[in-house]
Amino acid sequence: MENWSLVSICVLFGLTARWAVSLNSYSGAGKPPMFGDYEAQRHWQEVTYNLPVHEWYFNTTDNNLNYWGLDYPPLTAYHSLLCAHVAKLINPDWVELHASRGHESYGHKLFMRATVLVADLLIYIPAVVLYSFYLSEGSNKKKVCTVLCILLYPGLILIDYGHFQYNSISLGLALWGVVVLGLGWDVLGSLAFVLSLNYKQMELYHSLPFFCYLLGKCFKQGLAGQGLFLLVKIAVTVLVTFALCWLPFLSDPGQILQVVHRLFPVGRGLFEDKVANTWCSLNVLIKIKTILSTDTQLYFRPVCLLLNDLPLPAIWFLQASTFSMLPLFLKDGLLVPYVVTSLAFLFFSIYLLSALEHCSEDKLRLGPYRRLLICMPRMDLGRVTKWKFYFSITAMAGLSFMSVALAPPAQLPDLFPLLVSVFSYLHFLGLLLYFNIVQIAEPPQSVRKNQKKSN
Amino acid sequence: TQCLFTLVIAPDTETLKLTEQQILFYHSTDFEVHRNWLAITHSLPVSKWYHENTSEWTLDYPPLFAWFEYSLSHVAQHFDKEMLVVQNLLYTSPATILFQRLSVIVTDIVFIYAVKECCRSVREEKGSKDLLGHPFFILAALLLWNFGLLIVDHIHFQYNGFLFGILLLSVARHLQGRHLEGALLFTVLLNLKHIYLYIAPAYGIFLLRSYCFTEDNTDGSVRWSSFSPVRLVALGSIVISVGALSFGPFIAMGQLPQVLSRLFPFKRGLCHAYWAPNVWALYNMVDKALSVLGVRLKLLDVAKLPKASMTGGLVQEFQHSILPSVSPSITLICTLLSIMPAVLSIWCRPRGARGFLRCLVVCALGSFMFGWHVHEKAILMAILPFSILAVESREDAGIFLMLTTTGHYSLFPLLFTAAELPIKVLLMLLFTLYSFTSLKKLFRGSLLNPLETTYLLGLVAVEILCEVVYPLSPWQHTMPFVPLLVTSVYCSLGVCYSFIRLYVSLLRQHGTDKHKQL
Repeated sequence: MENWSLVSICVLFGLTARWAVSLNSYSGAGKPPMFGDYEAQRHWQEVTYNLPVHEWYFNTTDNNLNYWGLDYPPLTAYHSLLCAHVAKLINPDWVELHASRGHESYGHKLFMRATVLVADLLIYIPAVVLYSFYLSEGSNKKKVCTVLCILLYPGLILIDYGHFQYNSISLGLALWGVVVLGLGWDVLGSLAFVLSLNYKQMELYHSLPFFCYLLGKCFKQGLAGQGLFLLVKIAVTVLVTFALCWLPFLSDPGQILQVVHRLFPVGRGLFEDKVANTWCSLNVLIKIKTILSTDTQLYFRPVCLLLNDLPLPAIWFLQASTFSMLPLFLKDGLLVPYVVTSLAFLFFSIYLLSALEHCSEDKLRLGPYRRLLICMPRMDLGRVTKWKFYFSITAMAGLSFMSVALAPPAQLPDLFPLLVSVFSYLHFLGLLLYFNIVQIAEPPQSVRKNQKKSN
Repeated sequence: TQCLFTLVIAPDTETLKLTEQQILFYHSTDFEVHRNWLAITHSLPVSKWYHENTSEWTLDYPPLFAWFEYSLSHVAQHFDKEMLVVQNLLYTSPATILFQRLSVIVTDIVFIYAVKECCRSVREEKGSKDLLGHPFFILAALLLWNFGLLIVDHIHFQYNGFLFGILLLSVARHLQGRHLEGALLFTVLLNLKHIYLYIAPAYGIFLLRSYCFTEDNTDGSVRWSSFSPVRLVALGSIVISVGALSFGPFIAMGQLPQVLSRLFPFKRGLCHAYWAPNVWALYNMVDKALSVLGVRLKLLDVAKLPKASMTGGLVQEFQHSILPSVSPSITLICTLLSIMPAVLSIWCRPRGARGFLRCLVVCALGSFMFGWHVHEKAILMAILPFSILAVESREDAGIFLMLTTTGHYSLFPLLFTAAELPIKVLLMLLFTLYSFTSLKKLFRGSLLNPLETTYLLGLVAVEILCEVVYPLSPWQHTMPFVPLLVTSVYCSLGVCYSFIRLYVSLLRQHGTDKHKQL
């Protein structure tokens, strides 16, 4: 079958899964007074539509920052404004200043879910298709399988279409950056990434690889000639893009400071509602409370790109990341979607990418580990890895079941979320270590390929 | 093949579960129907089953299905005892919904097994093909991911997967030459849902002709001397014993007339509320058009016309104003006439199990075209068995694409909420895209002529018109039935066309066979 039809089928399937999850509950559904992320997004539409730009990030009588104040960069605000205009056309009640607070209705839910789907369809999904076809290796069949598996990644589906967020926009833009850089268009690539950064400040975590790659490329081309020119071009692009995104705020330094203060709330508490963040688990061990809170989605998305080369570890990592968000999903009433999408993802990715067959020491690039375990030369590391994977998945299933079916003991009410956190953290640590070892131990190939893999 | 089936089967169950998860908040009247039947069979003694009418959804399937509901109810009581109380009309609870949905998914195992058996019987050319190009893979995908079945069973709620599983299994057994098993399965099916009576002639004639007469003459005609009474008795005993198991208790209690009256309620109208895309939809359309024309041309007096026909709407009793009214007996005669040539064809020139399958599809389609109070879901009775023929012959593939696309599109009005719109559009696109591309690849080349392609593309226009444009127009409130009318009539054109083409191909084959022995 031709590629376009296979890819269309994969995309349609991915869209169906997304919409099916959409019909479930969202974060904070029916839970006044604060509700959840869904209400936050709706509130931002209300604020951006009704208030002038210079009031968006400030605490005013009309804009109470304690009630879901804007804490993402301006591009999110502009996107909310766009959605608000559409909302106004359909039903003005949805964005009525103050009166629409806590608004929940069937029609509104469909509208909000539709905005996520449209954004996904326009930004994230094309990026995934282009990435799989232009930047990954393998037969056409393998590329189509990669598309399907990336699109079926449960974590993103459940967070965006269940809990309710717009991660697909920022991640999609970052992925566009990767694709475009891979094709050699550095200026456009940096543009895409800067846009992504201006949508969600979390993308800062991805900025290092981008920065290193581009800087490295400039050096390679020689700082005396072409390289300098490229550096200047990129620098100008970045600055201009930033300026354009922040244009309404540039008139007043106080504005800029306030926005930055909202984006990086050093004064606020850390453990806001994000589960399985690395630091939370670390805290249990070393009680560090001064590190900024993170969002685990950062770690898992780029790993999607490794599905092609190292299927089993990638799938393992992705599933662990989905599992790490289990307490959040349970809180949002998304148990069934979680189970179904996880099973579907595991099944499809393991089967289509032949993950369990490519489990030899060679394929998994376990050379460095072999050297470490010099005392046990007989051990087949490939098989060990496979069995560890089975055990891990079983443990995840078991913990999931226990979190739902059993009540925690009275003196340890957060027992299950904590166990999930620690378990996931151990996985992240182990797998990230593995990915880094593979990356470092890799024989020097083209710089471009290495930089891609580090993403 | 083992991993092939794992690949194909599991996605199906995943999808089923996927669709199940999104419907946890929504269910149709069929849901209440089955809940009511669970309650009746569990709470009341057998003698009351067909007399009970607390709810309007009385038991109108044959007794074997009642026994099936009875066995389900024993599991149901562990989920939520309240659903089994007859007086709890319209009772729902998350546990009830979960149980019902799970019961459909579990009984679908029968369907999955049947698909596996059908795939085993598919003929294919030798030669290496990649997995996706194998006819049996395509057949498995077309059956397991059949849009109509997904929509009807898992969103609308019925046990069609289970019932069609038995039908396909019976067909598979005949294809494999295990006729007694096939006959047993069909009898069971008949006692589960009597709508399959429509295809009983195909079974009856085929078994009589090809099974009871063990040999044919050289020219293909029946060799009367080869009649095997043993086989006839075997068949007869199967039919009688299953019938006895099912109806026995009711005959013993003298309730047979009551049961039959529940099974065949002819009081309902010629057409279902949503007109199925059959001949009568066209007939109604012509009648309506003529009456409107007549009023415009002042040939008719508006006051003299039957109320229903002018106000339009979803009335079940549709009285015809110009054309003669149609009664149940007329529809029966039309149906019999429509299937007669096909049935005669397999008597005179039996073409083995495949000829039987073709005749079965024709019977199913004929009954859909001319039957009384046909529901558009009944198109699946023709589409599913036809899938087997579609992966084996180029011409059949062309007819299949036409029939399937229009038939499936006609199911759209069943899902009318805004939340379901993306689901039905996405699933329809998925299935249509897959069926077209896979069959095209299998038979190497275009399967439809430009006119047919244009007609099918017209479906997109109809969909946009009915679901987007019309609701925003001022006529939505005065004439809300127009989208349904347009959908029905447009689809019936496609379905009628497919029926005619199918018949033509059948008779042409009959003719070639006749030529062969000359």
